[in-house]
Amino acid sequence: AYYSSVKDGFHILAVCNFTTILPEPSPPSEPSPAEVIEPPPAELAEAPPIELIEPPPVPSHTPYLLIGGGTASFAAARSIRARDPGAKVLIVTDEPDLPYMRPPLSKELWFSDDPTVTETLRFKQWNGKERSIYFQPASFYIPPEELESAENGGVAVLTGRKVVHMDVRGNKVKLDNDTEISYDKCLIATGGMPRNLQVIERAGEEVMEKTTLFRKIEDFKSLDKVSRNINSITIIGGGFLGSELACALGRRSNESGLEVIQMYPEKGNMGKVLPEYLSNWTTEKVKSEGVKVISEALVKSVTCKDDKLEIQLKDGRLVKTDHIVAAVGLEPNVDLAKSAGLEVDSDFGGFRVNAELQARSNIWVAGDAACFYDIRLGRRRVEHHDHAVVSGRLAGENMTGANKPYWHQSMFWSDLGPDVGYEAIGIVDSSLPTVGVFAKATAKDTPKAATEKSGTGIRSESETEDTATSPVASSTPAPAMVQHKDDYGKGVIFYLRDKVVVGIILWNVFNRMPIARKIIKDGEEHADLNEVAKLFNIHED
Amino acid sequence: MSYCRQEGKDRIIFVTKEDHETPSNAELIPEDPDDPYEEQGLILPSGDINWNCPCLGGMASGPCGSQFKEAFSCFHYSKEEVKGSECIDNFRNMQECMQRYPELYPQEEEKESSSQAESNSGSVSATPTEGSALPPETDSTAGTSTSESTVSSDSTSPTDNQIAS
Repeated sequence: AYYSSVKDGFHILAVCNFTTILPEPSPPSEPSPAEVIEPPPAELAEAPPIELIEPPPVPSHTPYLLIGGGTASFAAARSIRARDPGAKVLIVTDEPDLPYMRPPLSKELWFSDDPTVTETLRFKQWNGKERSIYFQPASFYIPPEELESAENGGVAVLTGRKVVHMDVRGNKVKLDNDTEISYDKCLIATGGMPRNLQVIERAGEEVMEKTTLFRKIEDFKSLDKVSRNINSITIIGGGFLGSELACALGRRSNESGLEVIQMYPEKGNMGKVLPEYLSNWTTEKVKSEGVKVISEALVKSVTCKDDKLEIQLKDGRLVKTDHIVAAVGLEPNVDLAKSAGLEVDSDFGGFRVNAELQARSNIWVAGDAACFYDIRLGRRRVEHHDHAVVSGRLAGENMTGANKPYWHQSMFWSDLGPDVGYEAIGIVDSSLPTVGVFAKATAKDTPKAATEKSGTGIRSESETEDTATSPVASSTPAPAMVQHKDDYGKGVIFYLRDKVVVGIILWNVFNRMPIARKIIKDGEEHADLNEVAKLFNIHED
Repeated sequence: MSYCRQEGKDRIIFVTKEDHETPSNAELIPEDPDDPYEEQGLILPSGDINWNCPCLGGMASGPCGSQFKEAFSCFHYSKEEVKGSECIDNFRNMQECMQRYPELYPQEEEKESSSQAESNSGSVSATPTEGSALPPETDSTAGTSTSESTVSSDSTSPTDNQIAS
């Protein structure tokens, strides 16, 4: 029976059939009773000295050293292990957590009805399937002290340790506890830290205590807690993170009565990404999620008065709130540049690397911290999840001898509630001229519908595995689409640079990323973009 | 009829289904399946297995990665009349390893996995064994949904037989 399924071809399914049909391994035979020599009874002695709990020993050398324990690092570790049999990979992270995915922290985790979600960090997708934000459970990794002796190698994660110095000539790093680790190949995937507004930094302790900079698991936990105990919260920032958090909190506000305010300098949400007409449309959607939007808002000062925050805007408006979330960008972490003698890019920030993501011999950089040369789109730095996966994987390939340039274009996505979702690829900068081709949407064109149709719970899984999921269906039915000729229900928007499409947004049309990627890759001038838009079949599901 | 508007530098076109019915005359550059820059599918142009294929999830990189690679290499290159018949020991090693990590390789019911074989065989057979003429994403999609639904090594959701999410 199993042979016939095996004959069908090379597919992973055969594994399962094999593994379930093969006989169970015979249980280990009972050990023959050995001579057991009883240890002598412990002698009464003076009180034993207090034992210092030594941190587990760290390997003094590792063939592959990955600095940073985020998405790019994990993707690189997997890539290295896939290509170099028995590879020994050491990840060093200053976070206490094993590698995890970031997108659910501002999306799915907020929609969970599990009251223990801040502990489990698991979320139920709309179709009932659950998963953890951690890429792998602890059992996947081997302890750092066992790395050197591991017969088949493995991935070890050293948590709570920061690399503070890098000696490129000596091929070694120093940790914050003065331990040294030498390496053969090194990846820097240090990501970044959330930026803050200067006015908040200068505003003093009381204001800082009521401000959240959102990036990590601990930030999610603390924001969840805070948001349950206050009356008013203000998100400063109108980009992806700010808008997603505003919508997530806005939805909560239906039950809790929490006032959710979002303020930003642009005219509309995603103002730096979406053309104005679409940014305006999106802003209306954000408002319908229960968010009070204050656009064209420049913060002049923030003070704490009677335990409340007072945000003074430059145009004179005053906003009173209990807590602030600052979502105003990311500062790439280039602390190691100085000791390592690595170049930092002055335009985009981050470590400057070539098209193969290499900074110097034996050193690669991937993820948010990498300013790389994209042979199609030019030098850039990308702060999205899929880019971390793609660049991490590529760095891992090149660390194992591949010498491939960044070529497979990464994508990103955002969902702002159950009926506004888009996927994007390439350079989507609202300052570029755009051509948008729209059809009228039906109730079938929503992120939720897209996942139902494709049968995958993760809308973006067709791109890379281990990506976050689409949002849980709203408990209230989706509002009926306005049948108006200017309703941007679904469509495709092309971003042009010198008449060439450099970026594409798929607006409420899903599972078409391959064709979008192809158009960017070709880099051709197209005389009629409506003809290009036909390739997307926007009227179909 | 399509309707067009210009807002500053941004052009907006509304199209009906009929407007888009005629085939597109946009020209795309033909794909080169041997392009070394491209993301490869499960099988490389050389005929070797691409262990780094996203479709494999973490199978080749986890604690049982070596055993998995040995078993599948044996199967892939097998020239026996019943393909893979000489690979029993490799598959047994792999199974033994996987049983040591039940969290990573949930042991599924035989009945469920063979019924899955029925439902998945469509997407699975799309995985090419020759050099890929399909764009990598298609491979990944097919492979990913298959691999995660059968051996959800990367998913931490327990004993889950549904198609990957």
